[in-house]
Amino acid sequence: MTRYITRRIAYSLLSLFLLSLTIFLFVRVTGDPTTLLVEPGASQADIDAMRERFGLDQPIWVQYASFMHSLVRGDLGQSFYYRTPVLELYLSRLPNSLLLALAAMAFSLLIGIPSGILAAVRVGRFWDRAGKIFSLLGLSLPSFWIGLVLILFFSVYLEWLPSSGAGTVWHLLMPAFALGWYFAAAHMRLTRSSMLEVLGSDYIKLARLKGLPESLVIAKHAFKNALIPVLTLAGINLVIMINVAVVVETVFAWPGIGRLLYEGITFRDFPVVQAVVLLGGSMIVVVNLLIDILYAVIDPRIRLEA
Amino acid sequence: MVMRSEAVPLASRTDLVRGLEGFPILPVAILAGVALVAIFAEALAPYDPEVGVLAARFHPPAWQLGGSAEHLLGTDHLGRDVLSRLIFGARVSMVVGFTAVIVAGAIGTGLGIVSGYLGGWVDQVIMRLTDTWLALPALTFAIFLTAIVGPSEMNIVIILGAVYWTRYARVIRGEVLSLKQREFVRLAVVAGCSKATIMRRHILPNVLNSAIVLGTLMLGVVIVTEASLSFLGVGVPPPKPAWGLMLADGKKGLMVGYWWLTVLPGTCIMLMVLSANLLGDWLRVKLDPQLRQL
Repeated sequence: MTRYITRRIAYSLLSLFLLSLTIFLFVRVTGDPTTLLVEPGASQADIDAMRERFGLDQPIWVQYASFMHSLVRGDLGQSFYYRTPVLELYLSRLPNSLLLALAAMAFSLLIGIPSGILAAVRVGRFWDRAGKIFSLLGLSLPSFWIGLVLILFFSVYLEWLPSSGAGTVWHLLMPAFALGWYFAAAHMRLTRSSMLEVLGSDYIKLARLKGLPESLVIAKHAFKNALIPVLTLAGINLVIMINVAVVVETVFAWPGIGRLLYEGITFRDFPVVQAVVLLGGSMIVVVNLLIDILYAVIDPRIRLEA
Repeated sequence: MVMRSEAVPLASRTDLVRGLEGFPILPVAILAGVALVAIFAEALAPYDPEVGVLAARFHPPAWQLGGSAEHLLGTDHLGRDVLSRLIFGARVSMVVGFTAVIVAGAIGTGLGIVSGYLGGWVDQVIMRLTDTWLALPALTFAIFLTAIVGPSEMNIVIILGAVYWTRYARVIRGEVLSLKQREFVRLAVVAGCSKATIMRRHILPNVLNSAIVLGTLMLGVVIVTEASLSFLGVGVPPPKPAWGLMLADGKKGLMVGYWWLTVLPGTCIMLMVLSANLLGDWLRVKLDPQLRQL
């Protein structure tokens, strides 16, 4: 168990190292990094000063060492536009992103799990087919388009909901729907296949044989076990939601990390863009590690295999 | 003799019928239609997609009050013809979508084969790199890359290829691991073929099916990502007509109810992605039962 966890942690550290190296190299290899790290329109003196400050005249491994040194201390640079440390900006936007992601997750599970169960119980029949169409639509409709159509209906025509901004529950509804839609389809698919697998197992047959009513078999015996992979996926998806919300947040002017990234692009604020990618990737590596460890704790087969 | 010569084509015809069972006619027709529109855009488009008449701004589609037959699907905020822009936008989506899928497929399949066949430290390095790149949120990573190299159609293709190769690498490597144990590969080793020859002549043809299925499924993802990048202003640079860019422009007219500027390009994206996904699903079941879990 300890060996397994140590190995997983080592792998994750390696991933984080490669992640930082990838980002670092992309910035250096694709051209003169000073043009990215210096504010647009800076004078030659400023550029030279910046080159010296970042040690861009040094050998590349020295540059990487100093890059890592600042990263470890939590120094992700200064935003050109806001004139504040990037990490501070990121953390100030994180709660909004988390709120949006949680609302979208609640919506996606509320739709995805019941419809997935229904499709599995009625496999091959009407509800299963309807579910298939729904999941296909969910996976094919781009979130920004859903967002724009929602605004058109609920803000422009019906005037029920505010089209942008944050603050009240009403502001949250449309972005959460637009963001959660895709994930609802993904959760539905997984619930269905996981339910089908569980419903075919021996202990379900036994539960039926001993005469339990079907509703109890499904609700008590099958559902609980089928839920494990779905909740695992949901855990990963929550982090992914925070990181893919950029389009939805732009459509609804939701002040989260995605919107920060969008501002980073429009104001050519490179430190912000770099930080959002680095922190997003790190977040996913860490969550994957946590889930692996949790699985090892719950399921002895996994830790013995390693 | 006569009977036999008749029987053979009959049998192969039923095979063909079985092979085409559940063939997604409508999705393929839509994709083919979009491809034709993209190829013959100059002949089909009634106006120049990049030039507008400012006096003719925000004209609604022909069937709506205030619309005219001159602009069947209306005009945008610069007075450009929406239909013409949609037609030329099909070309951007098709070209970017297909080339990006091919670039990603070439990188991913190549690395997957090398990683799976050579094994050892090469495998370790490639797979750790794959894991790391998979951890980067695709859209954010693509935005980061465009921020570095600047937006252009060519750059978008390379960036999408660089972001999405990982999915191929993972799947192809898994297949190569099992192919490696098969007898025809072992025989090739005994016969003295070099590693490069085995990978090229014996492994590659056997993983192409999976690569094609993955490619079809990736087409939808790539098109949505390109549209998202263009929507955010880091994709295809204006005034080029890309569907994502049209949506971003359409946002300007949204609050006053100019629905055609968002609904129409969005519908085009949706139809294309939906068709690619349906075709991919069908191909997956037909060509590669092992990929059903994807």
